[in-house]
Amino acid sequence: MPSLKLSFPVRARDFLAGGHGAARIRQVLQQVGFPPEIIRRAAIAAYEAEMNIIIHSYGGELKAHITPGAITITAVDDGPGIPDIELAMQEGYSTAPREIQEMGFGAGMGLPNIRRCADELEIKSGAGQGTTVNIIIYNR
Amino acid sequence: MGYFHSVRLEEDKCKGCTNCIKHCPTEAIRVREGKARIIQERCIDCGECIRICPNHAKIAVGDDLTALAAYRYRIALPAPAVVSQFAGQAKLEHILGALKALGFDAIYEVALAAEMVARATRRYLDNYGGKRPLISPACPAVVGLIQVRFPSLVEQILPLVTPVDLAARLARLEGMKATGLPLEAVGTFFISPCPAKITAARQPQGKRVGPDGVIPLATVYGDILKGLSSALPYPSRAGATGYGWGHSGGENASIGGRRLLEVDGIHHVIEVLTRIEAGDFQDIEYIEAQACPGGCVGGALMVQNPYLAKLELRQLVRDLPSRSMDLPVTEKDLRAEPVYPRPALQLDDDLATAIEKMRRLEATQAMLPGLDCGSCGSPSCRALAEDIVQGEAQDTDCVFVLRERVRVLAEEVVELARKLPPSMARPERGDEDAPSGNR
Repeated sequence: MPSLKLSFPVRARDFLAGGHGAARIRQVLQQVGFPPEIIRRAAIAAYEAEMNIIIHSYGGELKAHITPGAITITAVDDGPGIPDIELAMQEGYSTAPREIQEMGFGAGMGLPNIRRCADELEIKSGAGQGTTVNIIIYNR
Repeated sequence: MGYFHSVRLEEDKCKGCTNCIKHCPTEAIRVREGKARIIQERCIDCGECIRICPNHAKIAVGDDLTALAAYRYRIALPAPAVVSQFAGQAKLEHILGALKALGFDAIYEVALAAEMVARATRRYLDNYGGKRPLISPACPAVVGLIQVRFPSLVEQILPLVTPVDLAARLARLEGMKATGLPLEAVGTFFISPCPAKITAARQPQGKRVGPDGVIPLATVYGDILKGLSSALPYPSRAGATGYGWGHSGGENASIGGRRLLEVDGIHHVIEVLTRIEAGDFQDIEYIEAQACPGGCVGGALMVQNPYLAKLELRQLVRDLPSRSMDLPVTEKDLRAEPVYPRPALQLDDDLATAIEKMRRLEATQAMLPGLDCGSCGSPSCRALAEDIVQGEAQDTDCVFVLRERVRVLAEEVVELARKLPPSMARPERGDEDAPSGNR
């Protein structure tokens, strides 16, 4: 089964480069020829996951694993972690620092948006442990 | 039927420099065997290569005035931007008069149709509840760009007829009514600011909707200029809002009153479309996107400086009424033919094969220097990697890879040269002149 792995480093607070990795993933998926709806979901999930690294962490990595049947997007970061994942999944709940919210980011829509786009979503995190978000979108 | 392109290469003028490949927004050009080659499926006829080519080897093939001979009644359809090329030198009526004197029986201003389209657009936006923003279909290079590079946005192209096509239809009807001639005897000729509009008018479609011929402004520029002082004036029927379509922002101004965005210059258009594809700009109702700097006044087949042309056009229409024409056509007549994606950038039809190719593409790109110098004849290292994966180029087409390969080879040769056959004795240290075999 052919598979393709992509990986992009993501730096904390680098808003200028924000969304770069997600844009590359979208480009690759388009050139490979996935259906537009699958690409749209993958791109939104990747973008939100990438922005989460930029906003909440000290830096990390956005990865994509692509096979004909599924697109797996993984965002790994070093960071303060999410103390209460269930709370973070609620729309509008945000732990983003105030200066970030004042910039118009961190409105608490990131994880709920990802959940809407994902077929499977797994979040591993805890206070002081960093966060790993694993998103699977099936191509069917 | 194949895809007609107005943009062509004049081989003997092409020096094989790589200016055009670097500017093509769809990476549709490669330099091979010293000549630029256009990949037909990818070309959107935006004219960027015509603009940039230092040797003027890129041309747009359109009609000339000899095409008029095929019709008994000929109507010129000047693009709103066309009059900008002569503004400052004559009044609108005189410019139209000089155009008519080239051999036309009548003139139907595309600006007039633009006003009707603006009204229809306003009405459409009022009742629209779908995905936002809608994108203007007026610039065929932008439509082509969406088909090739942003296929998922095809459904957001406003499904209304363009001013050119509407003008052609209405002019034909007027011509038939005025003369009693049958449809085939009436010819409509768009005077075009750009190659994309030539291409758009020539695409094989079920029924002929656009003009019968397209004449590049550049081919008749001199003739019109010559006639400005002597030709009889021809009355204009269009208003300032219609002529505004000739420069960027004019279309939005004629629609009016909402969150309407305008963007011009194809690379800026690409930025905006990328954002729309990512889900941004949803609070924008409508986007007027034009491939040329400044809009049609900056068309690749225009003669004047685009910014001066924009100024002149605005001054020229200052005294015109800003009228908005009633619609002499039904809702159905304003519907456009559907636009389909042309995903020419896809690596393979089969998903598994495409993924495998993409894997090799990524690996190949990682081996290339990333300078995007264009010396290999492909526009970027990524494009070369793509060409290699598709079997159309080799890694040694990259001068840096080749040089590295030569260096390794040279070291191997030196290494080999140092080696002696086992039957020969080694020269001893400090006594290299002495034939060691004698000891």
